[in-house]
Order: sequence, then C-alpha cells, then structure tokens
Amino acid sequence: MFKQLLVATDGSEHSKRSLEKTVEMVSNYKEQVTIDLLYVVGGQVSKADVLKYGDSDVASLKRKELMKDTEDYLKAEGIATKSIVLHGEPAPTIIEYANDHNYDCVIVGSRGKNQLQTMVLGSVSHKVVKYAKAPVLVVK
Amino acid sequence: MESMRQQWFGNIKGDVLAGMVVALALIPEAIAFSIIAGVDPMVGLYASFSISVVIAFVGGRPGMISAATGAMALLMITLVADYGLEYLLATTILTGILQVIFGLCNLARFMKFIPRSVMVGFVNALAILIFTSQLDHFVDETWIMYTLVALTLAIIYLLPLLTKIVPSTLIAIIAVTAIAISMNAGVRTVGDMGELTRTLPTFLLPNIPLNFETLTIIFPYALALTIVGLLESLLTASIVDDATNTESNKNKESRGQGIANIITGFFGGMAGCAMIGQSVINVKSGGSGRLSSLVAGVFLMFLIIVLGDVVVQIPMAALAGVMIMVSIGTFDWSSIKHITKIPLTDTAVMVVTVGTVLFTHNLAYGVLTGVVLSAIIFAAKISKIEVFSATSGDDQSRVYFVYGQLFFASVTEFITHFEFKEDLKEVTIDLTHSHLWDDSAVGALDKVKAKFEQNGTKVQYKGLNRESSELFDKIGGLGSGH
Repeated sequence: MFKQLLVATDGSEHSKRSLEKTVEMVSNYKEQVTIDLLYVVGGQVSKADVLKYGDSDVASLKRKELMKDTEDYLKAEGIATKSIVLHGEPAPTIIEYANDHNYDCVIVGSRGKNQLQTMVLGSVSHKVVKYAKAPVLVVK
Repeated sequence: MESMRQQWFGNIKGDVLAGMVVALALIPEAIAFSIIAGVDPMVGLYASFSISVVIAFVGGRPGMISAATGAMALLMITLVADYGLEYLLATTILTGILQVIFGLCNLARFMKFIPRSVMVGFVNALAILIFTSQLDHFVDETWIMYTLVALTLAIIYLLPLLTKIVPSTLIAIIAVTAIAISMNAGVRTVGDMGELTRTLPTFLLPNIPLNFETLTIIFPYALALTIVGLLESLLTASIVDDATNTESNKNKESRGQGIANIITGFFGGMAGCAMIGQSVINVKSGGSGRLSSLVAGVFLMFLIIVLGDVVVQIPMAALAGVMIMVSIGTFDWSSIKHITKIPLTDTAVMVVTVGTVLFTHNLAYGVLTGVVLSAIIFAAKISKIEVFSATSGDDQSRVYFVYGQLFFASVTEFITHFEFKEDLKEVTIDLTHSHLWDDSAVGALDKVKAKFEQNGTKVQYKGLNRESSELFDKIGGLGSGH
C-alpha cells in the first residue's frame, strides 16, 4: 500500500487536481497515509514573485499561505501532511528530494499541454517519471 | 548573515562552473550593450570584467552578477553622441560616488516609495527599449542577415531541449559566426562597430576639463544612472535572495555598486549594475557565492585576450538575436497574464511608466513619473470622505460623524457635507473615525466652526485621536486664518 506520498504542487488549478486524485486513490485507508506537499520555486518564478510582491519575505509568506490552503484541505480529509518549499530547477529538485526520502509514490501533474508543446518543451513530469526511484503517478 | 569565508568558499565547485557559464553569456551582451551606448566593444567588456571582479569583493549580495547592462547603456546614448567617451568615463565615476553616498546614507530603505506597478513598468520598458534598439540593425539589410537572426534565435530557444550544459546563446553565436565566415556572407560584424584591443584595462584619469561646466553636463546623467543602477541592483538582489533563500545587505550592495563603478570608470569601462537575467542564469547553474562573480569576470577577460580575433568576426545578426532573447527574458510576462486581476489604477501606472520611458528614452523619467502618478492616485483614493449626521430629539443639536482621512486633498469635499444654515443651538463633530494630517485639515475644522458660529451655532469636537489633537492644538492655537 502507498502510505508515504509526495505530491509536487505549485498551487495552480492543475496541481489541485492531482491532489484530489491522490486523495481519491487513498480514500479507503486515508488515516494511515501521510501526504507531503512539495513546492519548488524556480528562478523565473522568483523573478515574477518578487516583482509581484515587492520582496523575498512577502513572496515566501504568500507561498506559505498558498500551501496552507492545501494543507487545510488535506487535514479536513483526515490525512497527515506537511509542506516543503525548495528553490531551484523544478525537475531535478523534485527528483533529488524524492530520492533522498523514502516515499512509496510520487505524484506529479502533467500540464495539459498539446502534443506539439509536449514534444518541443519536454516536461517536469516526464523527467520525474524517468529519474525518480519510487513509482510515479502522473495525473492528466 | 553567513561568514565571509562561507560566502567565498562555501560552494567552490558550483561557483566556478556557474561563473564560467556566466562569462560566456556575458560576452555577447557586453558587446551589444557597448554598441547600444555608441562606444567601442572594449568599453563594455572592460566594464563587465571590472564590475564583476570588484563586486565579488565589495558587494552585499553574494551570487548576484553585475556588469555592463542595457538599462545603463540606454541612458548613455545622448551623452556619448554629444560629448564622447571621456565624458562617459567621468560620468561613470560620478555615478559611483553618488551610489556610495546613497549606500552610506542608508537610502536603500527609500526603495519602498517605489510602488510595485512602477517596478514592473520599469522592467517592461527596459525590455521594450532593448528590443527597439536592435531594430536599427535591420534597416537596409539583406535576407542573409534576417536568416542569421532567425537562426540565432532558433538555436537559443531550441538547444536547451537537448542540453543545458553550455549556454545556448554561446553556441548560437559560435554557429552563426562560423556560417557567416565560411559562406563569406559579407554581413556586418562586431569589427565594423569599433576596435577590439586585446589588452588588459589600464588605469587612466578621464581626459576632461575639471570645471563646473563639466559637472553640469555629467551630473544629470550620473543621477539618472545612479537611480536606475540602484533600482535594478536592489531588485535583482531581492530576486537572488528569493531564488537562493538567503538574506542580503542592501546598503552594502549600494556601496559596492558605487565602488565598482568608480574603479570601472578609471579603467575605461562604462557604468553598470546588477543584471536580472545573468543572476538568474548564475543561480540556475549552481552559483551562489562571491567566487562565482569573480570567476565570471576573470574568465571573461581571459577569453577576450585569447579569442579577440574571433570576437571581431561575430556578425551583428547574431548579437541582434541575443539581444532579442534578452528583451524577451527581461519582460515581466506575468504582468500581462494577471492584468485582469490587479486594480485598474495599478495597470494605468504601469502603462504610464512604460509610455514615459518609450517617449523620453530615459528610464529615470519613467520611474519618476510613475512614482508621482501613484502618489496622486493614492491621495485621490484616500481622500474619499463620508459624513453622517443625526439630530437630537428636540431639534436643538446635531451630531456629525466623520469617516475618512482629513488632509489637503479631502478638505474641500469635507466642508460640503455640513448644513450651516440649519437653525441649531449646538453641533458636535465626532472625529473618532477620522485623522487630521496637516495644516489644511486643521484649517478646514476652523472654517466649519467659523461658519456655524456666524449662524449662532456652537461647535464642539469629539473623539480626536492623540496625534490629531496634538496637531490641532499646535496649529489651531495659532488662529490660522484659512
């Protein structure tokens, strides 16, 4: 059974969907499950957030608030959870964190790009599937 | 704050590799920014070398990359065109002195007076200016040039899908240069834009008359460069703070930028500042310490001395392609995406900031206009005042409840809320939910009182908070005749 789960999230609608699917997956035994939420802040996101919020402290606060909503949702479902915010390139950071900790399953969202975009741009989910040691669930 | 030792040697491998990547990415930009400013490529290259090396020692934000930048180059165009290089070097030194003064006076905290919408406008205007500055290179050109630009952009954006080890801008430049040379295409090259000497910079005093007239020429430019340089540097510092999840010393950074510019001016370089794009590249490539900036500067100079002959053969088309990429990367695209979510007035300030910059070609004017407009909009928003009133049962007295801020912009509206002709014995003005801010506010209260008393109605105030009543006592006691 998958009990220790890692969900990569960025607070977007799309990552909410992958979280909902995860909860659905473990709904039969959710009191035994821990879901860790991982938010990786990339360089471009840092730039956009600092411009949007003024400085790094406010940006960090906003990210925590964003994670808090998701945490509350999980707690309301009766699932143990904690949030981790890391800085760096999304794909390698997610993979490194996932491989350094013993997770039973890693859940990532796929961004719903069209075929051309997926082919040209590559994707975080693709890399995680390839390099994470644990089983990976890609929520479409 | 981590120790100096940690800031220098805490991340040797990451810093050295990232520094080399940054050096490779800096070369095309330093050359292109020199050409924007209208000086020889060496002026920008010397500046990038000197600034990144000096900042490594005196900066307040380890891991941030500073060098010759587009924002600064754009401010120098008219100075160079009208007075020449020597005046630019003197301006660079003066800019440095002003920045050191800013740092010593802890002026970094005044950055809070620059609203976010102005910051976003600044960044977007910078991106647009860098883009439009490239359009000159397209005039009267052949299809070969257009093809080379397209090829440069294609390599820059598509190569990272295959590998991210080498910066794609560098590969693009090498590939396009190789094609241009082997085809003998006859397109314009860096060599056509100015001389590239393969020597280390030397210490020189700018050759200008040291008098008051010189100062009146260079001071306005230096002030604009100071403001824009610090603005972009402190903004970049915040971004690096966020990307590395560490703190930085903003006043030390202001001083450091100043020291770097002073030294750079004496060594024949143009004024520079921190670079958002390069700093993001540095952090992404694993750089986070002071060593990364030092390696970037030294490696850049090494490459120029070794490869000078090749550098002059880089086609302008390749540089134009790189600059278009820089402008796309600089633009804050999320500001367009979120345009429907933020208040209309903020969008207006952002657009006016951009518009002013595009019209005046001066980023400093744009920031100034944006700040003034924001202040006016703020004053207009906060000057909304509401007054409710109720009479006593016997119609002998009335109480007015005032909601809102009383200051110069709101007093005119404030006075219109009172019915002075009403036949009353007494009026009470309840100011519990109000605040008096200035002389005009006290004057308005005096005026209301005077008008009521002309009609034989007594006036009393209630609920003034401590600050307001102190102000009232101080000014009101003077019997000011507003």
